[in-house]
Amino acid sequence: MPKINEHMILTDKRLLLTAMVQSFAKLNPRSMFRNPVMFTVWISTLIMIGVCIWIGAGDVSQGSLVYNLLITIILLITLLFANFAEAIAEARGKAQADSLRKTREETPAKQVLAVGEMFVGEIKLVASSMLRKGDVFLCEAGDIIPMDGEIIEGVATIDESAITGESAPVIREAGGDKSSVTGGTKVLSDSIKVRVTTEPGESFLDKMIALVEGASRQKTPNEIALTILLASFTLVFIIVCVTLKPFGDYAGTPVTIAAFIALFVCLIPTTIGGLLSAIGIAGMDRALRANVITKSGKAVETAGDLDTLLLDKTGTITIGNRKATRFHGIPGIDESRLIRAVVLASLADETPEGKSILELAGATVHTYQIKDPVFIPFTAETRSSGVDLAGIRIRKGAADAIRLLVTKAGHYFPVEAEEHVRAIAGSGGTPLVVSENETVLGVVELQDIIKPGIRERFERLRRMGVKTVMVTGDNPLTAKYIAAKAGVDDYIAEARPEDKMNYIKKEQQSGKLVAMMGDGTNDAPALAQADVGVAMNSGTAAAKEAGNMVDLDNDPTKLIEIVEIGKQLLMTRGTLTTFSIANDVAKYFAIVPALFISSLPALQGLNIMNLHSPESAILSAIIFNAIIIPLLIPLALRGVSYKPVGAGALLRRNLLVYGLGGILVPFAGIKLIDLLISNWF
Amino acid sequence: MNAEITGIVLMFLGTILLAVPLGKYIGKVYAGERTWTDRFFNPFDKMIFRLSGINPDKNMNWKQNLAALLTINLAWFFFSMLVLMNMSRLPLNPDANPSMSADLAFNTTVSFVSNTNLQHYSGETGVSYLGQMVLMLFQFISAGAGMAACAIVFFAMREKATPHNSNFYNYFVKSCTRVLLPLSLILAVILLFNGTPMTFKGKSEYVSLQGDTVQVARGPSAAMIAIKQLGTNGGGFFGANSAHPLENPNYITNMAENMSIFLIPVAMLFALGYIIRRKRFAWMVFGVMTIGFLLLLLPAVYYEMKGNPALQQLGIAQPHGSMEGKEIRFGSAASAFWAITTTCTSNGSVNAMHDSLTPLSGMFAMLGMMINAFYGGVGVGFLNFYVFMIIAVFISGLMVGRTPEFLGRKIEAREMKIAAIIALLHPLLILTGTALSSYFYVHHPGAAAGWLNNTGSHGFSEMLYEYTSSAANNGSGFEGLGDNTQFWNISCGIVMLLSRFMPIIGPVAIAGILAAKKYTPESAGTLRTDTGTFGIMVFAVIFIVAALSFFPALALGPIAEFFGMK
Repeated sequence: MPKINEHMILTDKRLLLTAMVQSFAKLNPRSMFRNPVMFTVWISTLIMIGVCIWIGAGDVSQGSLVYNLLITIILLITLLFANFAEAIAEARGKAQADSLRKTREETPAKQVLAVGEMFVGEIKLVASSMLRKGDVFLCEAGDIIPMDGEIIEGVATIDESAITGESAPVIREAGGDKSSVTGGTKVLSDSIKVRVTTEPGESFLDKMIALVEGASRQKTPNEIALTILLASFTLVFIIVCVTLKPFGDYAGTPVTIAAFIALFVCLIPTTIGGLLSAIGIAGMDRALRANVITKSGKAVETAGDLDTLLLDKTGTITIGNRKATRFHGIPGIDESRLIRAVVLASLADETPEGKSILELAGATVHTYQIKDPVFIPFTAETRSSGVDLAGIRIRKGAADAIRLLVTKAGHYFPVEAEEHVRAIAGSGGTPLVVSENETVLGVVELQDIIKPGIRERFERLRRMGVKTVMVTGDNPLTAKYIAAKAGVDDYIAEARPEDKMNYIKKEQQSGKLVAMMGDGTNDAPALAQADVGVAMNSGTAAAKEAGNMVDLDNDPTKLIEIVEIGKQLLMTRGTLTTFSIANDVAKYFAIVPALFISSLPALQGLNIMNLHSPESAILSAIIFNAIIIPLLIPLALRGVSYKPVGAGALLRRNLLVYGLGGILVPFAGIKLIDLLISNWF
Repeated sequence: MNAEITGIVLMFLGTILLAVPLGKYIGKVYAGERTWTDRFFNPFDKMIFRLSGINPDKNMNWKQNLAALLTINLAWFFFSMLVLMNMSRLPLNPDANPSMSADLAFNTTVSFVSNTNLQHYSGETGVSYLGQMVLMLFQFISAGAGMAACAIVFFAMREKATPHNSNFYNYFVKSCTRVLLPLSLILAVILLFNGTPMTFKGKSEYVSLQGDTVQVARGPSAAMIAIKQLGTNGGGFFGANSAHPLENPNYITNMAENMSIFLIPVAMLFALGYIIRRKRFAWMVFGVMTIGFLLLLLPAVYYEMKGNPALQQLGIAQPHGSMEGKEIRFGSAASAFWAITTTCTSNGSVNAMHDSLTPLSGMFAMLGMMINAFYGGVGVGFLNFYVFMIIAVFISGLMVGRTPEFLGRKIEAREMKIAAIIALLHPLLILTGTALSSYFYVHHPGAAAGWLNNTGSHGFSEMLYEYTSSAANNGSGFEGLGDNTQFWNISCGIVMLLSRFMPIIGPVAIAGILAAKKYTPESAGTLRTDTGTFGIMVFAVIFIVAALSFFPALALGPIAEFFGMK
């Protein structure tokens, strides 16, 4: 997918324009009401408009029209800034989603008409939007796949670069775990029949776009709890401001409506209130930019809380398959003889292991001249494979299979070979014993290659407090060795699908949140059971339906990024809340003396910022309050950076930056604004 | 070191040294473990439970516990109203004191049931000995009820807590019999030996050197004074409370009484550590409370010992500090120490006139009540602190990128809603009450005439203090306020009722709901709540939520007065 550059978005004129228009459109009370904090600002603005009209009609008790008008305008700007934050986040998300959606605009589809239960009938050209769930279409080389679906017949190479940005074509085939195709991708060779798996408008992408656009965006539980807290802060400040009226009466100070409103708007947490939904949208947007489609905002948040991560060994922790890493000869037999034998035995072996043996030996098919080879394929009974040449029988296979072969022929199985076998198994490898004419020549060591850098990633997860669990079909000995080498905390060896499920359940029972990635149909129950289930886009429809995220890149290590995105989302909310509330200290010191200084000159002592006049103090405070919102939009969209240094250190850092900073910054900011406007007020 | 300062340092350290073992003892009592007092109290408690038909081992959930707490409080309410309104017709009234009017009886009853002990009457002339003893009963049971509520929350905070794992009646009876009763007995004996009266005889009479006949009020006072101090009640036997020479005869009794004020509130924290098996956590709570307490105490002591700036400007030397409204036998430092301990803990007994405190000391006394969680009242102080912790956990959990957890349990919308309401209630009641009285004072000068002793900022402080004291269930008065009127009796009564029971219901409910949630063991990503960093966070929440909402009101009262006197 074409990645959209952060910088580009914030300066893209068209986007900015859309967002600006949206900020006005969002002034309608119904959309304002969704955000209690900003809704009170909205009401305050209306009151101030009323006050201005009243002054226009000749009232003199509320101060000058210019001053009141200014306050009104600044309040309106505060609202627009907050709306703009939400609008720009939406616009970004939409731009991102649109670029995905473009790939699946109207394309002609070759629908296969059903004859009874069989899809063998004629083919009809229809628009992709006409396809319904369950319909079958045909795609041939060069066709764009019109809809998401599952291959029911055939195999094809597919260019998925439109979705993943990865240019190398992938193979998708019917049956198995690689049967899923995505609308918008292109068939490069062969032809496939695909059954549509989603109704139009209900694909994951459509759901995600709806989430970003706000139509179906629901507040997450965490967002609701924070809104409650913010609303209660707002209520406290309503009380503080309303009761100031009789207090002012008692002190003999008439307090203007503008001053009340200014104090109120400054005290309520408008900064976080204005940025709250932008933060949420930006979180999903960041996930989307990591090429992960989330089915709900909640899933992203949950990701930040994960305690346990289940990862498949193959492809995630290790590179694909095992590789031959070493030939172990036995005394009395020339090593070149061993190599020659094993290369010959592997010539017809198309498995990755077989290929890796040739690779290790530095040999090709043409290295040795042989005549009339008869290749013996691997069977479950013999558990060995090999080649028969003129009078020579070469076999390679599991240790016990070859031992049986050798001892049956009356030969003995060398002690040295036995030792190698034990040593290799103990170090997590798989031994292959090679024999020629039922005599052992040596042992080939196959090893799992652990992905470079994976250990560091697990270490990072551990510091985040996330436990990693490796799932593998290997025997416990091998599993244990690889687990230790890769640095995972736990492993499930000889895993069957239900083992994953049981492990997830067990972790959840002890109160933990579990994530897993999977692609196969037999992963579906576990994906559904996990708190965060990430299905590979290449996986089966069942897997994608069961999980709550889909990874377009099919990258199993993506979970690490998802965890960080989730944490960033929560952290951004928390730090901006703290910042917003800490700002109140300075605002109190700006406004409270200004309110009463005319009747209680002694309160000048509280004017520690030495602000010019009551009017300039109040204006400076609400101007600061307004402009801090757009200043923080980039941070809200980007997210507060997360470092896995442990919760305590993280809290200390954020408390220092956003707590202490939140107390100090407004002192400087308000003073600066006051200096700038003190000529006029 | 100056003797006055040595005195208060001794009181502070002495109390903490006593509180550590007492806390462990209280923890054992609640947990039903063996203690050395079992010998005396097992048969006693058994008898009480048998007589009242209560099964103390029944496991109740938070709703059942609260229902029990509220019903017995309601029963006491009616009982007290009945006695106070009919004292003149009932026995034990040697001085023939009158019955109370309905509004005063309402105020007094609410005041004692709610552990406030705001007294709009004077003990010498306003109540009979029977009335005093009924009030004394409430000093036990309101303190016991607060401690029991706190114990319910303690048990809900345990790692293995389940929704049904506590019994209000059990904790309540044990708090009274095994904690409050023995401690009161010790304090009462100390007071007796130092000259506090304990008799049912009426006023005694003597002829002074000038030849005047003087009537001296007395009564069963030593017993009542002991529990009023220990149970953070504060309602004195005599009108002048612990400034009265019979209620608080000398410096030694002053030390004993003052230490009793915050002994149990501090001990409850160590009981917490014992019950939930998290000593570090208890020390974190203790640390935050102590730092907050010292931040209020030190400037108050400083300003009181420094003297009154108005007198300074007149060139009058004040070697003993500001002595207006203080007792010579205690001095300015001990009076300031008492003023801050009594307001921080919601006790409300006084040994000096708070009206005469220098402006900022008066403000720190008010702040102690506005925050009401630096030690706080017996049991309820921790409950207030608990609410602040929930809010702090929520915000700091977000700051580290994790859905907030408190002691292994997730905090979600429902708990936040309750915590927010409770945190909101305190400023709401205080500010609305003060606003109402300010409004009447300005707009109905006829009805409000005679309310205030002073005009201007100080007069404002008098009203603010009265509602703050009611809302904090403190009960001390700034005095100088003509408060025995229907307006003050009823409005303060309502404030006391709401601010007593809501902050008990809230934390008990939150703790109960949390106990029903799944326990998540800690991981490296979990935010630890027993660290200094978290302590700072709680402190910041308390400062910004509790203290800052009162900033405008304080600016008009004590702060304006302070700058005016400079």
